[in-house]
Amino acid sequence: MSMRLKYLLLLIIVIGVTACDQDDLLNGNFSSSNDVNSSILNETEDYFIEKIGDVVLFEVDNSGLTALAKLTLDKQADWLSLNIGYQVLIEGHADEQGTRDYNLALGARRAQIVKEYLISRGVDPSNISIVTYGKERPIENCSAEVCWSQNRRAVTVVNALSKG
Amino acid sequence: MMRYLKLFFIILFIFPCFALAQDKPLRITITDGVAEPLPLAIPKFLSEVIAVKEVAKNISFLVSEDLTKTGLFRIIPDDAHISKITNFKALLLYSDWKAINAQGLISGAVTITKLKNRDCEDPRGCLVVKYKLFDIFSENIISAKAVFSEPGDWRSIAHKIADDIYFHLTGEIGYFNSKIAFISESGMKNERLKRLALMDYDGANVEFLTDQSDIVLTPKFSPDGSHLIYTSFKLGMPQVYIMNLRTKKADVLDERIQMSFSPEFSPDGNSIVMSVVNDANTDLYIVDINSGIRRRLTSGPAIETSPSFSPDGSKIVYESDRSGTQQLYVLPLGVGEGRRISFGGGSYGTPVWSPNGDLIAFTKKSGRRFHIGVMRTDGSEERLLTSSFLDEAPTWSPNGRVIMFFRNKAGSRGSSSVFSIDISGRNLRKIVTPNSGSDPSWSPLLN
Repeated sequence: MSMRLKYLLLLIIVIGVTACDQDDLLNGNFSSSNDVNSSILNETEDYFIEKIGDVVLFEVDNSGLTALAKLTLDKQADWLSLNIGYQVLIEGHADEQGTRDYNLALGARRAQIVKEYLISRGVDPSNISIVTYGKERPIENCSAEVCWSQNRRAVTVVNALSKG
Repeated sequence: MMRYLKLFFIILFIFPCFALAQDKPLRITITDGVAEPLPLAIPKFLSEVIAVKEVAKNISFLVSEDLTKTGLFRIIPDDAHISKITNFKALLLYSDWKAINAQGLISGAVTITKLKNRDCEDPRGCLVVKYKLFDIFSENIISAKAVFSEPGDWRSIAHKIADDIYFHLTGEIGYFNSKIAFISESGMKNERLKRLALMDYDGANVEFLTDQSDIVLTPKFSPDGSHLIYTSFKLGMPQVYIMNLRTKKADVLDERIQMSFSPEFSPDGNSIVMSVVNDANTDLYIVDINSGIRRRLTSGPAIETSPSFSPDGSKIVYESDRSGTQQLYVLPLGVGEGRRISFGGGSYGTPVWSPNGDLIAFTKKSGRRFHIGVMRTDGSEERLLTSSFLDEAPTWSPNGRVIMFFRNKAGSRGSSSVFSIDISGRNLRKIVTPNSGSDPSWSPLLN
């Protein structure tokens, strides 16, 4: 097979896949068809938070992405690829079971790993920044795993880019 | 305030030739063993003018309190005294004090007067306190001095006198006339408000340095006590700031660095070592304050943070998770790599080199408990001093005898408080502050 033919084949495949993606999205051919359909119609931050999910959780003293976290981030990446008029800030957080300094570093590591994952899923890197809050901004107050597990998190905060 | 502190120096020696040579000087040796506190008598200081009657009583009470809280001294109550001091200049009836087994006695006299060479802002003049420390059994005067300040600063005068007495009785510098920089906290954990604040070592005179609009963390004193460095989220991300304590003006240390935290001064006050975030990696950098030139000290994918200089400035101790858990490392500056010193099991953080250079204090997490501990600089002779749900962030007293840290209570309403403990592991005390407090940093001794 000549090089030209190879490229042609590749091009057809790429166009095919892309077209298929677009068709599927527009026609609601996914299993969770409602979500995806409304994602096109609902370009709001509230929708992102409530329907896509802006939070992913981490294991103790760990910044690896769980299967569930990746599922959420895949949905985030899809939404962000479709709704490009947004600035994205990834907040990294830790639970209270660690020193202040280390938790700031751990929060930064979690945020960066989420950022890199979103970029790998096609989100424009120029619009993503990160911040760490360490253990300074828990959402749950109790001193037990049920709260700590909610506080070990990365939050994807989307803000509409100012137009003009 | 700092200007007034500078005024605290000795204006005269009342007895220029007091006996220095004694057969057996009055002296308590600070050891790790249990020592019997040395009994002292501190009769109420005399007031030479009516306006200072209350202040005279307060000063002698605070001197007593400072000395008692060390655990090294016991104050013989006034109602056990046989003779009363009614004249500061009169000869002491040593036998009356021997009879109640007072080893030392401190007498004092307080007045307000205009001084020839010094101006105090108060129209009445300066507060002047003369005091003498007697060795009862050798019948000698060990120290006799006069100190002065603005009348409102009587607490500093009392701390200064207590420092002098502590020095003469232990042979070591004291830590009473010192400040603590800390974070004053209020509100539930999920909506906590934080303010940078200063207080005396005993929790008095709390002064706020920032409002509660931005998260502020981990203040550290410059070696001369004139500046603070700390982390603030003022611009939305953690960045290191430096505040001049005279003007109260704060500036970001290096605006080009996106995220930085965990700053600490070098012993000469010219450099700051801190953590800088590069993508998923947090490394240590040293920044020359005057030139702004920065140099990277660590690399590699691990988290490196909580640096602290050795007193001679040649090494830093810090924590790294490059082994998989947080452990302590010592890095000689300029040459070589960080060498791990903590091997006791569990994880270690926030190492702080002692002012004498012989010990490193740290936070240790072991299971679900946190401890404050000390070890030698090679990691040997580890001793844990405290244990709780969350103890964190030790800071050394100027003489290296006491450590302050903060303790965070568990639970929804769990708040933080600053505590102190002797390096012997005894004498745990809560520093009472109006709000919750965390992240203490002990100033040098203020003179």
